[in-house]
Amino acid sequence: MKLNTLRRHFRESLKSLGRNGWMTFASISAVTVTLLLVGVFLVIMLNIQHITKQIERDVEIRVHVDLSATEADKDALRAKLEALSGVEKVTYSSKDEELQKLIDSFGEDGKSFRLFEQDNPLSDVFIVKAKNPLDTATIAKQIETFPSVGKVKYGKGQIEKLFAATKTIRNVGLALIIGLLFTAMFLISNTIKITIFARRREIEIMRLVGATNGFIRWPFFLEGLWLGVFGAIVPIAIVLSAYSYVFDLLYPKLKDTFFQLLPFYPFAWQLAAVLVLLGACIGMWGSMMSVRRFLKV
Amino acid sequence: MIEMQDVYKTYPNGVIALNGISVRIKQGEFVYVVGPSGAGKSTFIKMMYREEKPTSGKIMINGVNLANIKDSKVPLLRRNIGIVFQDFKLLPKLTVYENVAFALEVIEESPKNIRKRVMEVLDLVRLKHKARFYPDELSGGEQQRVSIARSIVNNPTIVIADEPTGNLDPDTSWEIMDIFERINDRGTTIVMATHNREIVNTIRKRVIAIERGKIVRDEVKGEYGYEA
Repeated sequence: MKLNTLRRHFRESLKSLGRNGWMTFASISAVTVTLLLVGVFLVIMLNIQHITKQIERDVEIRVHVDLSATEADKDALRAKLEALSGVEKVTYSSKDEELQKLIDSFGEDGKSFRLFEQDNPLSDVFIVKAKNPLDTATIAKQIETFPSVGKVKYGKGQIEKLFAATKTIRNVGLALIIGLLFTAMFLISNTIKITIFARRREIEIMRLVGATNGFIRWPFFLEGLWLGVFGAIVPIAIVLSAYSYVFDLLYPKLKDTFFQLLPFYPFAWQLAAVLVLLGACIGMWGSMMSVRRFLKV
Repeated sequence: MIEMQDVYKTYPNGVIALNGISVRIKQGEFVYVVGPSGAGKSTFIKMMYREEKPTSGKIMINGVNLANIKDSKVPLLRRNIGIVFQDFKLLPKLTVYENVAFALEVIEESPKNIRKRVMEVLDLVRLKHKARFYPDELSGGEQQRVSIARSIVNNPTIVIADEPTGNLDPDTSWEIMDIFERINDRGTTIVMATHNREIVNTIRKRVIAIERGKIVRDEVKGEYGYEA
């Protein structure tokens, strides 16, 4: 396409936005509201995902070795654990190491546990990590049947609840986002339809003097694109400033827990890019839908 | 060169518009298409710029069969054909100059050529001095001259006119005919559907009469042949 033609398409599409002022305003508002909600959901969902990932990473199975087990039994158990499908890593922690960890984790108060160094009541432990955290429960159940295994601990119940909750939030958010995107798309498609209607004489003449369909479509295509992209500006501003505020507020309080929020950069850029892209996509798609119906191809 | 062979057209509602038309129009000819309203004149004309597709038969224009070209090739076909209508079809918000230039802009002609070509054709239709006027500031005859200028601005080999004088008074109609003759003199084929008996009988050209979807008469330097 020639540069002049492209310039002409740009000019025509922008002129059309002005000519249909109120419809333009309505469409941009629809995109704005949609992307605002989409943005909020995205921020929440991505943060939840981020947090779950961290928690998931910490999920491990602690296999307590039976006190009566011999060294040979331990080696056999280790081999069996490593042979299990879905197991990523098996680490051994002797009962002395376990006691040391316990003492360390209590800080100053840990000193009182020193008494047990003479007669350690803890068991040796194999720490098993699953490749996929979701398999943890199944793997743990299998391990329980192995010989020379005492207790098997993996935070039973809590993990399942966590996984179920994140899944629900993800699905509800996704359904809402898709519904909203469709609404905005139909509004844009209606705006373009009105634009096309206002210019149908022009289109008729274009067709008679030999303009290609592609040429006729371009200005409408661009108009849809503008509606979508302009609609993304306000949501980006609101969502990002709100996130920056919430982040600064929560960061000091969450610093020492494993509930870590996504850091502001590069998350802000990514979110802005996603919203602009979504706006552009619904804009172009909406305009394509109405142009196709209006132009005999 | 326009050639039709056994062209039939039945519309989806069952109306038979063309009922076996075969005709050959050589490059540079001037042809009137006459006949009563509803006889198939308009369909005959529309076939030539592929606004309608034939139900069966062959329509060759400059060696291309319009019956089976793809939709995407239609714009290229139309760049070789100028079309003039009874109702002018000008864009009211554009000036005379812009209306004519529009036809070149949408086929992506370079701005330099556009200026040159538009002034040339406006000179041909004697409207150079009104280039900056808007259509509603012109008389009907002048508006039709603008639309003729637009139809020939990309140098088509064929100009198709569907009752170009239908909305004009007799004096103005003669002006329009004068312009068509001058275009024809440059070697452009002209196919003109008309109800204007006086013009057909005065400026004698080939006459094709269509009735009930068939060619009933085809005479060189013919007459209008219907009572007014």
